[in-house]
Amino acid sequence: MAKYRLTVNGSEKTVDVDPSTPLLWVLREELKLTGTKYGCGISACGACTVHVSGVATRSCVVPVSLIGGPIVTIEGAGKDPVGRAVQNAWVEKDVVQCGYCQSGQIMSAIALLKETPNPTDTNIEESMGGNLCRCATYVRIREAITSASRQIKQGAA
Amino acid sequence: MPPIVKTEDSRNLNRRSFIQITTAATGGLLISLYLDGSSAIAQQAPPPKVYPPDAFVHVRRDGHIVITVNRLEFGQGVQTSLPMILADEMDADWSKVIAELAPAADVYKDPLFGIQMVGGSGSIAHSFQQYRELGAKARAMLVAAAADRWKVTPDQCRTENSIVYGPGNRLAHYSELAGDAARKPVPQKVTLKNPSEFRIIGKRVPRLDSKSKCDGSQKFGLDLDLPGMKIALVAHPPVFGGRLKSVDDRAARSLDGVRDVFEIPLAKGSGVAVVADRFWTAKQARDRLKIEWDLAGVERPDTVQLLARYKQLATTEGNVALNQGDIKAMDRIPRANRIVAEYEFPYLAHAPMEPLNATVKFEGDKAEAWVPSQFQTMDQVAIGEVLGLKPEQVTFHTEFAGGGFGRRAVTDSHVPREAALIAKRLRGTPVKLIWSREDDVRGGYYRPMHVHRVEIGIGRDGMPVAWRHVVVGQSLLAGTPFAMMVKDGVDETAVEGTKDTSYSIPNFHVTAHHPTVNVPVLWWRSVGHTHSAFVMETLVDELAIRAKVDPIAYRRKLLKADAKKLHSVLDLLDQKSGWRKALPKGRAAGIACHESFETAVACAVEVSIENKRPRIHRATVAVNCGLAVNPLSVESQFQGGLGFGLTQLMAKGAITLKDGLVEQRNFDGYAPPYIMEVPTTIDVHIVPSTEAPTGCGEPPVPVISPAVVNALSRLTGKRYRTLPLITV
Repeated sequence: MAKYRLTVNGSEKTVDVDPSTPLLWVLREELKLTGTKYGCGISACGACTVHVSGVATRSCVVPVSLIGGPIVTIEGAGKDPVGRAVQNAWVEKDVVQCGYCQSGQIMSAIALLKETPNPTDTNIEESMGGNLCRCATYVRIREAITSASRQIKQGAA
Repeated sequence: MPPIVKTEDSRNLNRRSFIQITTAATGGLLISLYLDGSSAIAQQAPPPKVYPPDAFVHVRRDGHIVITVNRLEFGQGVQTSLPMILADEMDADWSKVIAELAPAADVYKDPLFGIQMVGGSGSIAHSFQQYRELGAKARAMLVAAAADRWKVTPDQCRTENSIVYGPGNRLAHYSELAGDAARKPVPQKVTLKNPSEFRIIGKRVPRLDSKSKCDGSQKFGLDLDLPGMKIALVAHPPVFGGRLKSVDDRAARSLDGVRDVFEIPLAKGSGVAVVADRFWTAKQARDRLKIEWDLAGVERPDTVQLLARYKQLATTEGNVALNQGDIKAMDRIPRANRIVAEYEFPYLAHAPMEPLNATVKFEGDKAEAWVPSQFQTMDQVAIGEVLGLKPEQVTFHTEFAGGGFGRRAVTDSHVPREAALIAKRLRGTPVKLIWSREDDVRGGYYRPMHVHRVEIGIGRDGMPVAWRHVVVGQSLLAGTPFAMMVKDGVDETAVEGTKDTSYSIPNFHVTAHHPTVNVPVLWWRSVGHTHSAFVMETLVDELAIRAKVDPIAYRRKLLKADAKKLHSVLDLLDQKSGWRKALPKGRAAGIACHESFETAVACAVEVSIENKRPRIHRATVAVNCGLAVNPLSVESQFQGGLGFGLTQLMAKGAITLKDGLVEQRNFDGYAPPYIMEVPTTIDVHIVPSTEAPTGCGEPPVPVISPAVVNALSRLTGKRYRTLPLITV
C-alpha cells in the first residue's frame, strides 16, 4: 500500500492503495466516483475513459502510481463549457439507451472537440472508434457531437 | 391478439414446475406458471387479476407523481414509455413524473407471462392495457375526491396536467386530492381515452433517464455501494462442468484485504470464490490461485468438430416442425432449377457493457438482493432456495442494467445463485459478486451455434414451389422450466422465423435436430430470428436475382396476402428508399424484411466494400409496431437494434471452442461493432397505426445482417452463408 495525492475534478484527494491499482478502481471504490465504468479492463471498450492532464485516458489500464496530472471524470465534465455543451447535446439528441458506456463516450467526445472543434466524420470515427456501445447508439452519438460542435461555436461567437 | 391455445398436458412430464405455454401466431412465447406445490418457482403466486393503483402511482405532496415500472430498464426505454401510458390516462403533468423500477413482487409480474421479467419484446405489448387502466383508475379516484369536496358529480369535472377542474372555476391539484383519493374505492371499470384524446402517448418524448446517464449520477447494479460490502470473484473451471480438485490459496490469502477463499458449487461443476475488500484485490487474489481442476468425464466441445457433425446431421431429416403440401414436390423440379444452400452460424456472446453482477446480504431469517435482472421472479426464488428462505423473505431490488440482450434472463439464475452462496458464508455482510469481462466472454450462455441446410425448387415463374429446410442447433429450452416449448422434439425457438414464415411456399418441409453439447446456451436478442431471418432473407433475395425482379417487388409477390404488416412496411420502405435506384458506382443496396414478436420490419442499406469489409453508408427502415407509444424510443430501438444485429457480421463476431476451452477472452478476441461498423445514418419510418402496440426491442435485430450481405452479393456476385463474415 502507498499513499497518492490526486487532483480529481479540481479537488485534492489522498488515497492509500496498492500501487498497481488501476485509476479506474481508485475512482470507483476509493473516491466513490462510480460514473466512470468498468467494461473490459484491457482498454478495449472505452467505458472507463477519463481525462488525465486533458488527455482522454483509459483508466482501467493506468496504475494509480503513474498518474502525474489532474484528472477529470464524468462527474466533473460539466464544469467546463465544452463538457457542458457535449452533455447538453447528448440529452438534446436523446443519445443514451442503457447508458453504461456513455460516460466514456462523452469524455472521448469532449477530448475530440477540444482538439478539433469542427470534426469531420473521419475525425469522429478516429476519436470515438475505441468506445464500444452494445446498444449501438452510434448514429445519435455522431449527431450529438455535430450539435455540440455547433453550440460551442455559437457560444464562442 | 393471437389466439391463446393450451398446448400440452404437463402431467406426463417429469418436471417439478408446471407451466402452461402458448405460442403467439407470429412468434413470441406466452407463458404462465401454475402451481403444483412442489417447486419454489411453481409456488409463486400468479399475478393479481386486479392491479391496485397504489402499487404503481404515488402522488407526492410537492406535485411530483412517482410511477412504478414493472420491468427492468436496460436501454429499451420502458422506464419512460410505461409511465407515458399511465400518465396519459391519468392526465398527469408529464413534467412532474418520476419513474421508479419495481422490486420483485406478485403485483409487478407480467400480466401475460405470469412472472416478473423482461423478454419476448413484451414490456409495452403486455402492459399497455394494464398501465392505461391503472392511469384511468387513478384519475377516477382523484376526480371522485374532488367531486366529493365540491359536492358535484364526477362528470361535472375534467382533468388536465394534474389538475381537476370543476364547475364555477373550481380547481384542485392532484397533490391536494391524493389523500382523499387514496380512501376512495378502486373503480372496477373505467372508460379509457379514445386514441384521438392522447396527449402523451404517440408523442416523441425524451427519455427520463437521459440526464443522469450523461452526468455519471445514474447508478447501475455494479455501482452499488453498501456499508461493509465485500467484493467477490469466482474462478470458474476452464471447461464447462469441471470441478475443483485442489486449490493452493496461500499466495491469494497473503494479499492485504483478502477476506476469504472457498469452494462453491456452480450450475455445472464447482468453482472457487474469492472475497476481498476491493475489486482489484479480489482480482489479484484470484489470479494467484493455483487450481487443479478435475475434468475427468467432462465433455470438451470443439467447434471445428461440432461444425462437421452439424453439417453431416443437416443432410438428414430431423424432427418434423412443419410438413406442408407435398413432400415429394421437390423431386419433380429439375436440378438446374434448385438451390441447395448450407449456412453456418457461430456461438455468440451477449456481452452487455455492464458486466454481470449481483449483490446479496443474508441475515439468517431474511435476505436482501440487488440485481440488474431481467428475471426478477426466478432470481428471487433462486436466491431464496440457496439461503433456505421463501421468496418473500428475499427483498429483491431491480437495479438499472447496462444492457442485457437476454443475458440477464437466465433460467438457472447462475449469477444470483453464486452471489447467494457466497453471501450465505459471509452472513450479515453484503457481498457484490462481479463477473469480470473475461468471465462473461468465457462463461457460456451463448446464442447457440447453428447449421441450416435448405433446398429450394423453383417454378417456371421464378417463385419457390418446394422448400426443404433442416435446422441443426442446441435447444435453448430443453432442460429449463420452459421445456414444454419443445414439441415433438422441436424447440420452437429454433424454427421461429422459418416454419411460420409469411412467404407463401406451397410445399414446405421444416425439420430440426437438437444435439446435446456441453456449452450452456441462451436466448440472444431476437432469439431464433437471429439465424432464421438471415437464411430466409438471403435466399429470397437470391430467388429475386434469379427471377430478375426488384427485391422489394419480389417479396411483395411472394408474401401471403394476409401478411398485412409486412406488406405495409415493404410499401413504406419502397417510398422511402428511392435513393437505392441511383447509387454511385461501387455501391449497392440490400433489402431484407422480417416479422418477429408481431412487429414487421423492412430495411434497405447502402453498402460498399472497403478493405474487404462491408462499409454501410446508410440504412432506411420501415416499421409496423402497431401504435408507436413513443416514436422517439421506437426510432432509437431500431437505430441501435440494427447495430446490435451487426454483431454477427463482425470479423471477430464468434465464440469458438477448442478442446473444451473458449478461445476468446475479452473484447480483443470477441469484438462487437464499433462506430465505423454501423450505418452512418439510419432513418426510421413508422407505419401509422392505431392497432395494439407490439414490441420493438428485438425486431430490429434480424433484418440488418441479411440486408448487408444481400448488398454485398450484388456487388461481388458471391453468396455469403458462413458467419462470422471474415472477409468479403
